[in-house]
Amino acid sequence: MKYLGWDELLPGAILFSFDEEMEKDAAEVLPENRPYAETNSYTAYVGDWRVLKPVYNRDLCIDCQFCWIYCPDVSIISRDKKMIGVDYDHCKGCGICVEVCPTNPKSLLMFEEQVENEKALAQWPEKE
Amino acid sequence: MAEKMELNEMEVWDGNMAASQALRQAQVDVVAAYPITPSTPIVQNYGSFLANGYIDGEFVMVESEHAAMSGCVGAAAAGGRVATATSSQGFALMAEVLYQASGMRLPIVLTVVNRALAAPLNVNGDHSDMYLGRDSGWIQLDAFNSQQAYDLTLMAFRIGEDHNVRLPVMVHQDGFITSHTAENVRPLSDDEAYEFVGDYKPMNAMLDLAKPVTYGVQTEEDWHFEHKARQHADLMTKVFGKVEEVFDAFAEKTGRKYNIVEEYLMDDAEVAIVALGTTVETAEMVAKMMREEGIKAGVVAPRLFRPWPYEQIKKALSKVKAVACLDRSSPNGALGALYNEVTASLYQSDNHPVITNYIYGLGGRDFTIDHAKEIFKELDANAKEGRPTTPLQQFVGLRGPKLSFY
Repeated sequence: MKYLGWDELLPGAILFSFDEEMEKDAAEVLPENRPYAETNSYTAYVGDWRVLKPVYNRDLCIDCQFCWIYCPDVSIISRDKKMIGVDYDHCKGCGICVEVCPTNPKSLLMFEEQVENEKALAQWPEKE
Repeated sequence: MAEKMELNEMEVWDGNMAASQALRQAQVDVVAAYPITPSTPIVQNYGSFLANGYIDGEFVMVESEHAAMSGCVGAAAAGGRVATATSSQGFALMAEVLYQASGMRLPIVLTVVNRALAAPLNVNGDHSDMYLGRDSGWIQLDAFNSQQAYDLTLMAFRIGEDHNVRLPVMVHQDGFITSHTAENVRPLSDDEAYEFVGDYKPMNAMLDLAKPVTYGVQTEEDWHFEHKARQHADLMTKVFGKVEEVFDAFAEKTGRKYNIVEEYLMDDAEVAIVALGTTVETAEMVAKMMREEGIKAGVVAPRLFRPWPYEQIKKALSKVKAVACLDRSSPNGALGALYNEVTASLYQSDNHPVITNYIYGLGGRDFTIDHAKEIFKELDANAKEGRPTTPLQQFVGLRGPKLSFY
């Protein structure tokens, strides 16, 4: 990002989310279609804040959307009420999605960051 | 639609009522407030206007002054005209959020009824809270009586909300001496007042869903300095002209002319008192009396305390030989704030009068005609000697041995 001089700044240290004015409410436009500004955190990578990561198991998920609702950082990707996965660029590894997952066994579980997702899925626990 | 209030050409209002009426006439969208003596009646009157149908806006009752100013910041960022009131400890509790408001460039109007800061606890008037706000990035206007409290509150909206300014504004008045003294006040009619203030024009409002915006971003060493510099530059360059323009427009409408620095008998004055608040009127009365004793006395009063009017102060004091800066706040380990500002303003001037500092009136202690006379006499001696004949800083009206420094 280009460093600006004091005289080039908008008063109030405000940041606009998008480069252009939206024709409709941003909530009606999918994130990938929104004209995010460079300064928006959408384009910022903060995945390295994480120590543990949630791994998602499609085979067990019932698409209840609990994780999507509870995620404090909008890092659960869901389209048309179908779970797709975790946004690892923004997930901080708080584990709330795992905590609220109602399936048995859970469809989301926390693993060490360095464990590959395929290996994590291979060691998934059985139904209790 | 709010009811209009029939007002007489001349009303008998104290400073609090004057401020409440100005807030009502400005048709504020949101007032979030927490009452505190002596500014309680501002929000109390406002609440009663609302209950009686004279106000369309929202009144938000909150749990503290910190919450009051936070509510104001939220409402202002959302895109509304916003105001509140406070004093003293409440002002101190707001302090953190005052910087948020100015840093986000939200043109909130805060009517401050000046009161001492504890400890020891005291509800009476001095300028400790006003001085506490002086580095907060707000515009600070000072009223010396109820009429001015009314006039300046109306003008504050027009100054702060201008898109080139976009800064919050405090309108100060002295606790009890102004806030609770009923005086003759000539108000504008509701229509005239609103026409003067004008409709609120939102700028970068959070509730503009087509153009979402973030307020309250985090910046570190890479961006913070530039944002603070931008704010300071706007305070230094954009405010004076706008204040003058609004003062002129107000004079045209009402015949009441305000100046960034008020001057009294300064055309030929050789000695001058620089003061704020109700003390200005006492000093003016005494300056006139001193002239009968052969002392060419005058008074200089900053109407605008922040941004500090260096040029106007320099000009107002360009001919005097001795100046007394009267500070109604304990400087706690330094010379008084007015002394420091005035001295800095005159250091670059061709005129170098003798400048001394008086600390007076803390916690509502009376500042009498005799006190002012004594100061003018000491200034006269300083002027004749061309050097200070007294210590630089003296306490006035204090019991016990004479307290002075340097």
